[in-house]
Amino acid sequence: MKERPTYTLKGDTGDWEIVLGLEIHAQIASAAKLFSGASTGFGAEPNSHVSLVDAAMPGMLPVINGFCVEQAVRTGLGLNAKINLTSRFDRKNYFYPDLPQGYQISQFELPIVGEGIIDVDVEPAHGDPAYSLPVRIERLHMEQDAGKSVHDMDPTATYVDLNRSGVALMEIVSKPDLRSPLEAASYVKKIKSIVVALGTCDGDMEKGNLRADVNVSVCRPGDYEKFREDDDFSHLGSRCEIKNMNSFRFIQAAIEYEAHRQIEILETGGTVDQETRLYDPDAGETRSMRSKEDAHDYRYFPDPDLLPLVLTEAYVENIKASLPELPDQKRARFETEYGLSRYDAGVLSADKEKAEFFEHVARGRDAKLAANWVSQDLFGYLNKAELELTESPVGADQLGGLIDLISSDVISGKIAKDVFQRMINGEGDPVAIVEKHGLKQVTDTGAIEAIIDEIIAQNPDQAAAVKEKPKTMGWFVGQVMKASGGKANPQAVNKILREKLGV
Amino acid sequence: MSELTSLSLTEALAGLEEKKFSSRELTQAFIDEIEATNSNLNAYVIDTPERAIEMAAASDEKRANNTHGRIEGAPIGVKDLFCTKGVRTTACSKILGEFTPTYESTVTSNLWSEGAVMLGKLNMDEFAMGSSNETSRFGPPVNPWRRAGSDQPLTSGGSSGGSATAVAANLCLAATASDTGGSIRQPASFTGTVGVKPTYGRASRYGMVAFASSLDQAGPIAKTVSDAALLTEIMCSHDERDSTSLALDVPDWGQAVKEGVKGMKIGIPKEFRIAGMSPEIEALWQQGVEWLEQQGAEIIDVSLPHTKYALPVYYIVAPAEASSNLARYDGMRYGERVMGDDLTATYEATRAAGFGEEVQRRLMIGTYVLSSGYYDAYYLRAQKVRTRIAEDFDKAFEKVDALLTPTCPSAAFGYGEKSGDPVEMYLNDIFTVTANLAGLPGISVPATLDKEALPLGLQVIGKALDETSCFRVAGAIETAANFTTKPERWW
Repeated sequence: MKERPTYTLKGDTGDWEIVLGLEIHAQIASAAKLFSGASTGFGAEPNSHVSLVDAAMPGMLPVINGFCVEQAVRTGLGLNAKINLTSRFDRKNYFYPDLPQGYQISQFELPIVGEGIIDVDVEPAHGDPAYSLPVRIERLHMEQDAGKSVHDMDPTATYVDLNRSGVALMEIVSKPDLRSPLEAASYVKKIKSIVVALGTCDGDMEKGNLRADVNVSVCRPGDYEKFREDDDFSHLGSRCEIKNMNSFRFIQAAIEYEAHRQIEILETGGTVDQETRLYDPDAGETRSMRSKEDAHDYRYFPDPDLLPLVLTEAYVENIKASLPELPDQKRARFETEYGLSRYDAGVLSADKEKAEFFEHVARGRDAKLAANWVSQDLFGYLNKAELELTESPVGADQLGGLIDLISSDVISGKIAKDVFQRMINGEGDPVAIVEKHGLKQVTDTGAIEAIIDEIIAQNPDQAAAVKEKPKTMGWFVGQVMKASGGKANPQAVNKILREKLGV
Repeated sequence: MSELTSLSLTEALAGLEEKKFSSRELTQAFIDEIEATNSNLNAYVIDTPERAIEMAAASDEKRANNTHGRIEGAPIGVKDLFCTKGVRTTACSKILGEFTPTYESTVTSNLWSEGAVMLGKLNMDEFAMGSSNETSRFGPPVNPWRRAGSDQPLTSGGSSGGSATAVAANLCLAATASDTGGSIRQPASFTGTVGVKPTYGRASRYGMVAFASSLDQAGPIAKTVSDAALLTEIMCSHDERDSTSLALDVPDWGQAVKEGVKGMKIGIPKEFRIAGMSPEIEALWQQGVEWLEQQGAEIIDVSLPHTKYALPVYYIVAPAEASSNLARYDGMRYGERVMGDDLTATYEATRAAGFGEEVQRRLMIGTYVLSSGYYDAYYLRAQKVRTRIAEDFDKAFEKVDALLTPTCPSAAFGYGEKSGDPVEMYLNDIFTVTANLAGLPGISVPATLDKEALPLGLQVIGKALDETSCFRVAGAIETAANFTTKPERWW
């Protein structure tokens, strides 16, 4: 694994670095809301999933949904984080029509999950080496979602849909450990892979079920290291929070824009105001949403309608025992069990479906070969074609069949690429393709000898020179392969050529 | 006045059981009485005679079929704080407009399932904020008691003033009430009735319009301690819809009332002997001590050193919680809305028009004490002191089974006598708030008349969950006091 590169932005007055901390909101995969029995179904008629509690009718009280608590604990364990056996719900008070109670029930002082740490794999786009970095998690807490204000149904009125009101969210807060747009996006990817593997959130970013707020600040080289030494935020610049982004691409673009905006302000002698901003993907810029002066005073205080949430060690242990294999554990297993490189193991374990697909292909076969075919050929093709694995024209059994043909020397690796292309084109089973197109490798030494004899006869000068320069034998191999239509067994070709040419 | 309406709950149930009268007859007697006198007393803010007759008829049928509940056919009044399905519920605030719940509070559900008959909704201070019921949008109820030789109308206390008036004036057999800082016990003391605040968590808060969630507790106002015990048993239950509800069975408190106090240790907290306490209250307290001693209780002096902080703590914690609990009354989904030019203006206009002055004062206090920069100095510190206050009680209860104190520093007062000065009004809660802050059960029992012939109550405070001891002491005081005087009818 490569060392972590420093992400530097060139300014007129020198180099700048960026510091990023993320808050990810992940909707808990629960059929019922956090404090009411109402459904969390997506896409229902407006205001059809609203209980008396969600609508904040007089005298209605919240009751914690135990399933959601369990999901939060599972996620905390998946983040290698401390589970707080006593946590508490607080009220965050502010007025807005889509917040019926006039407060959001959240966890402010005592979150259910404390500090944790995860490994984030970063895969630069332009062929720079991949690397991995540890990112510290500050906390995870549970909170209610608000409803939705609909401003575009009527020119003068705003409508409110309370279906989301009270839906359970986990807010996962990182320490300011991320230092580039790509690292930030990779971190979100990692969190997504963890919650999806755990089944605690469906990770559907398009539906907004997983979204991120990014805190962006810039500093001079060296400042961040000072901050890490003494945890004193004054070494870092003022930060702006970019709210509510639900795509990896937007996250990176927003950070890049925001970092440049801040640098420009600083370099022209200004100061960055701490504020909340929104990213406009159409304009490709961030805009101020709320300045620090306008920030709400949320008047947090413990919700007196709810008792402190007290868990037992046994409860946590039970959940721990039932955790599925997490991406990191899977990667480690792929490294040891299949002898894959950390990078390959990382790529293949990041996603549950992909990992399952790989294991299906690799079972009983050469795992490294399987890893190459799955991650490079198949995933490479799917990426380019912008297809999901579920839409793949090549199934795991088919790809396994192709690898079997290579391993048993029926076809060469080179021919296999051709067969694979045909499989993608929908020609079906690799054995049938090989049969149909006569792609079987020629292993009959007599036939190969005949081709070799002919080529040596046609090129006497080269044949004489090859003894001086043995490296030029490759040219003969190429000629033979070409003449055989690529079907000659490369090992046999090499062996016979050596004998005939006396190399 | 009909003889039926002057019965106690226990007497009425016996009459129903013995078929001396039907629930329809009993209910009709109350309906007639309400119709005739409520305009003078203003106890009911909405009456539900048709529903009452329907329920009474159903009760009579159940009695005939022998499928009756424990208070089958007993007409009661409901404080307007309890949501009642299909019946307007406003907590006596303008902001709730004509709000009519589609659901029933757990406490009232419990009463209906044991056969109670609803006569209507009872007056109260707006959102239960007040000690004289003067903050009600419907105007205050009137205390049936008057000073000897005077026709000045007096308050029946607050916030459950309507409940207290209705019970004292025989407009129901008993009534539901709620107590956040003394709102059951003080009105009971002012009207010669019995008021019970159970241990916090005994009665569900589901469907009860919230004032201060960590202090609110439902309980009855009744004519006798036995009546109150029976109603408390029925009103209390474990309710999964209220996370602070206790998963405990309800003991037989009716039995406890008759058990006497022989061998009990009763504590007298010296800090309740406040400066400037009237000699009459002092004498009342001493009388209570003697009654209990005569019945075999041992009197022990105890100390609750943090008592003097109780009122300031209460007036931080309760408004803080209220400021958040009442945020939902924003004119968006139900109740009154006053449109402004934009969202903020609509909020402001709605809440300015919908909330009365006292509610607004407390919302502002509550918002202030929770504000960033003030939270630690007020709310957090108040919570710490609250813990100290609870610890004082824990310590005292190592030595005694229950505490005896006066319920209030004075008898009923006239309208406007205290409403000009909020702090003087707040002082009314001085003996009652500590029980709320510590979550303890408390009962006010009518004990005597003051020199102006107004009733005064004694308060019993018990250990958490030990209502049984409270009822024993309350029963003993009731027996000794033999408080049978009724207000002279003027209404």
